Amino acid sequence: MDIAIQIRDLRKSYGPLEAVRGVTLEVARGEIFALLGPNGAGKTSIVEILEGYRGADAGEVRVLGMDPATGGTAYRERIGIVLQAGGVYPYMSVREVVALFAGWYAKPRPVDEVLAKVDLGDAADRRVRLLSGGQRRRLDVALALVGDPEVLFLDEPTTGFDPGARRAAWETIAGLAAGGTTIFLTTHYMEEAQALAQRVAVLRQGEIVATGHPSALGEPGRTQIRFASPTGVDAAALAVIAEGTLLASGDRLVFEVDDPTRSLHRLTGWAVEQQTTLEHLEVVRPSLEDVYLALTAEEA
Amino acid sequence: MTGVRRFVRQVRAEQRVYWRNGASAIFTFFLPIFFVVVLGLFGRNRKVDGEPYSSFFIPGMLGMAIVMTTFAGLAITLVIRRERGMLKRVRGTPLPPAVYLGALVASTAIVLALETIVVLALGDLAFDVPLPDHWYEVIALVVAGAASFAGLGIAVTRYVPSAEGSSAVVNAIYLPILFASGAFFPVDDLPAVVSVLADALPLTHLLDALRAVFIDGGVGRDELLGLIVVALWGCGGAVLALRTFRWEPRGG
Repeated sequence: MDIAIQIRDLRKSYGPLEAVRGVTLEVARGEIFALLGPNGAGKTSIVEILEGYRGADAGEVRVLGMDPATGGTAYRERIGIVLQAGGVYPYMSVREVVALFAGWYAKPRPVDEVLAKVDLGDAADRRVRLLSGGQRRRLDVALALVGDPEVLFLDEPTTGFDPGARRAAWETIAGLAAGGTTIFLTTHYMEEAQALAQRVAVLRQGEIVATGHPSALGEPGRTQIRFASPTGVDAAALAVIAEGTLLASGDRLVFEVDDPTRSLHRLTGWAVEQQTTLEHLEVVRPSLEDVYLALTAEEA
Repeated sequence: MTGVRRFVRQVRAEQRVYWRNGASAIFTFFLPIFFVVVLGLFGRNRKVDGEPYSSFFIPGMLGMAIVMTTFAGLAITLVIRRERGMLKRVRGTPLPPAVYLGALVASTAIVLALETIVVLALGDLAFDVPLPDHWYEVIALVVAGAASFAGLGIAVTRYVPSAEGSSAVVNAIYLPILFASGAFFPVDDLPAVVSVLADALPLTHLLDALRAVFIDGGVGRDELLGLIVVALWGCGGAVLALRTFRWEPRGG
């Protein structure tokens, strides 16, 4: 495997706060990798160390075989950065800004090609200050792309987007990866990681708690059968019928079961026999969002 | 060669940005010119130390132009760019930081050069203050003052936490200095404390030297000694700027 990004036992503290506590990970060339975690988990610290904005306290970091902290301009020729909040000259036109940035790189992409890629061709002559929020974000991506980077860093690229704009951004990003660019993104949306990334690392309080394909993160969890508690029936007796574990009783019963087909058949059979109904019956498999929330929940 | 071309391109971009932003151009470029006209009309028949007021205030306005464009202009521009994340973005590209800052300073110098020409021309044509015989001393003093105040302007950004307050903070620093150093009016009868403070400030000595060129025909020994104060402030500012300048928002 050709490695684009390699991090070994990375540590970073700000005063007494340990933001990154021994993170190790690898990203292959051409891969879309997502660092997923709630706010304050250490995502931005890690990505800013990779971008060369700050040094690590301990551990080893290599991107494209270079140390971002000492790589200087040679390193910055080969990467593109989309910051969470990066300003642009408000009084320049979109095309002027992209052309200006293009002049800073040794081998830039053609300006019009970049504008087309992020769908800003029609707004090319508009002043930056007059762009909409979504257009501003696409300009951010255009400025990161104009140097034809081998690795593109995206720090929470779609935070604050409406669903339509988010989907459009995902398409753009996926298109870049198809062209061979390695993409390292941070996000706090499980949905985004799932839609984009080939591999995900879940970060909690500065540590990686899970890595892998988004759909294979940890135990998917067992199927649950839920319904309103029928009157005058012992929940424990129903658990025996359902061949499951009782998770919640009271107004609403929740059973965790291994074989949902069989358990459902036994429960509904029992209800028909008793001439009663299972109100609000649901069969639920915990979503990835639930898995992610469980992974990143603060330890009690 | 490519390095020079890149620098020139960057200066041109900064010039475009400067003149398109009407508010900043009015503040740093046109305000000193406005003052020249107003004070010139006000002081038509007045005298300072037996000399016409106009030959007193034209050097004063050159000093004001230097402080406004280099100190205030650079400080406010850099704080706003830093807080908007523009500087951080530039830092993530291969453009060397020195080229970026150097081009901004060069662009500011172009603005000041234009402004100096306008002030001198107004003085000559409208207010009867001809260009001094030692005009090259005026140029040398403007360059020295600009260098000193540019260093101080960059240095002060470290102490201005937010974009919103940047104009207010910077104005609060240099406006009292303009008055105390006598840019507008003579300050001979100031309280002792203020005049001691004013003597420690670079603008006072820069103005003394400029006035010596306009009124006495050239910079003398006293003025040269005073320029040491200007140089010391400039060097102090430059060292502080190099050591404390920040590219990332302070988020204040």
